[in-house]
Amino acid sequence: MKIFVCVKHVPDTANNITVAGEDAYDDSDVKFIINPYDEYALEEAVSIVEEKGGEVVVIVVGKDAASTTIRSALAMGVDRAIHIKTDSQFLDSSLTAKALKAAMDEDGFGDLIFTGKGSVDTEGFQTPYRLAHALGVPVVNDVSDVSLEDDRVRVTSEIGCGAKQVVEMNSPCVIGVTKGLNEPRYPKVMQVMKAKKKEIKEIVLSDLGIDVDEGKIFMEKLVLVPERSGAKLLEGSVDDQVTELVRVLKEDEKVL
Amino acid sequence: MAQTVNRTGVLIEIENHQVKETSLGVLTAAAGQEIYALVPLDDASGLKEKLAEYGVDHIVSIKGVEDDKISPDLLARILVTAVKEYGLDALLGTAGAAGKDLFARIGAILDEPLLSDCVQVDIPGKKAVKSHFSGKTFATLRVTGILFLCTVRPNAIEAVTAPAEGQLMTFESDAQDPGWMKIVELKKESGGKRDLIEAPIVISGGRALKTARNFEMLDACADKLGGAVGASRAAVDAGYAPHTIQVGQTGKTVSPRLYIACGISGAVQHFAGMKTSKVIVAINEDKDAPIFSKCDYGIVGNIFDVVPALTQKL
Ligand SMILES: Cc1cc2nc3c(=O)[nH]c(=O)nc-3n(C[C@H](O)[C@H](O)[C@H](O)COP(=O)(O)OP(=O)(O)OC[C@H]3O[C@@H](n4cnc5c(N)ncnc54)[C@H](O)[C@@H]3O)c2cc1C
Repeated sequence: MKIFVCVKHVPDTANNITVAGEDAYDDSDVKFIINPYDEYALEEAVSIVEEKGGEVVVIVVGKDAASTTIRSALAMGVDRAIHIKTDSQFLDSSLTAKALKAAMDEDGFGDLIFTGKGSVDTEGFQTPYRLAHALGVPVVNDVSDVSLEDDRVRVTSEIGCGAKQVVEMNSPCVIGVTKGLNEPRYPKVMQVMKAKKKEIKEIVLSDLGIDVDEGKIFMEKLVLVPERSGAKLLEGSVDDQVTELVRVLKEDEKVL
Repeated sequence: MAQTVNRTGVLIEIENHQVKETSLGVLTAAAGQEIYALVPLDDASGLKEKLAEYGVDHIVSIKGVEDDKISPDLLARILVTAVKEYGLDALLGTAGAAGKDLFARIGAILDEPLLSDCVQVDIPGKKAVKSHFSGKTFATLRVTGILFLCTVRPNAIEAVTAPAEGQLMTFESDAQDPGWMKIVELKKESGGKRDLIEAPIVISGGRALKTARNFEMLDACADKLGGAVGASRAAVDAGYAPHTIQVGQTGKTVSPRLYIACGISGAVQHFAGMKTSKVIVAINEDKDAPIFSKCDYGIVGNIFDVVPALTQKL
């Protein structure tokens, strides 16, 4: 079995974001990590292959710096990597999906494709869908349980109100995963060492026939969400405090 | 110069035979355009008054989609045919679990850009404002493309009435199900509860709750508030609450008009999921807890005293 896992290199969410100019952010001082949802995808793929045999191939579309994320994925037990190199992190997930598909076509058929349910930087939540459409296969996102049955895949995903649906689909298929699926492993030192020797194939985006200028989404402005200046603390006994809180929420804020 | 009016479809979500509150906000996001309400019911005539009151020019009953196990790929294809039938310039929906999924499928089928989970929408300008970097920034994004596709964050845009005609029509699609996936089961274990993302008020509990049982204290308060219960990751990881109600960077993003955090310290990753709430209240026994520097009102006290007292007062 061959499994592709699509991973994004994103700013660590513990970072502060510094806006540069009108429409960009300054990434020079920012620590980057594996997109958190993608860790569940990596864990799932690696444990399936540990059980059933085969290989896991991670594909990352990103700048040179994304190699740190690729090494972390390899240390989790991924067999080899494909790095599709770009100069800039573009916004249009349609381009990302086209790049991923082209790399998969070049590398050969995959039995399953895992992604995270979305990325925590651009929060578009579309790459799994666009990739599946490009590949002509089904997709389910927000998946918290996966089981494989011959040529069918059974997944559980969330549909709102805490309710879930169980979906059966043909394989190959694209599965976008979320928390609750598994506990991602922490690589041991040995695995980190081994990861340094694993193969990373580099492909330049334009060599896949993809033109970044075909993107259809443009950033016009980026602003920080204003921070609150600090709480007004309510005084007195518990009873005084809650009485005042209810009054403020009703009369001043009008939210009750 | 008169602005061009765009033919704008709004996918209406239904709950207990009524139009969901959140869909009314989406109609307001489309105000000023020629609005086609796409209603997934064989007969939407019962909703005419409500939809017309909120600015709908044309009410379209979409036939044959009432089955709650309908394949999302079929539904997406049906909506694509409706877009073509009515020559729509824009299609808007709610950024809840179902809407996000469906619109991503539509965007993929048409290879059109989609702006997901927006807090402000400018249809003629083909622009919208949405969160980037886990709630830390707002990005104004402009798209090219033929169809303007956008989902709106629940509660982000307040519904305003704008009476229109609400002319009834029906639509039957010839779209085919690709037949490669099937919903085999719906699990509504916590059925009947309010959806966390869509709730106008959210009360969340953190590690301080100590047991799953203690979350009942928050349930009781949420019932009085007409809201939903959320949890921090620490509470979820400790098994006090299911992952489906985790708020934050690896959980849900909520934007209610009132968010009450009980025994939550205020980590950036938690704020990623609730920062755009209108009013944030924190209850924490530690007066130096970081959350107090980032919220609107605070009560320094023990949640096991304060929350029941609050429930009583409501
Ligand atoms: C990649 C990543 C993703 C993450 N994603 C999320 C996420 O989605 N959501 C999330 O919430 N976190 C997330 N976190 C974790 C986050 O960093 C914090 O660890 C977490 O939010 C802490 O939860 P807490 O506030 O409940 O617990 P704590 O930080 O332990 O805070 C508990 C608070 O309760 C107070 N307290 C204790 N007892 C009482 C009492 N009886 N009455 C009143 N107050 C009391 C304490 O003073 C303290 O402030 C993530 C972290 C990482 C690294």
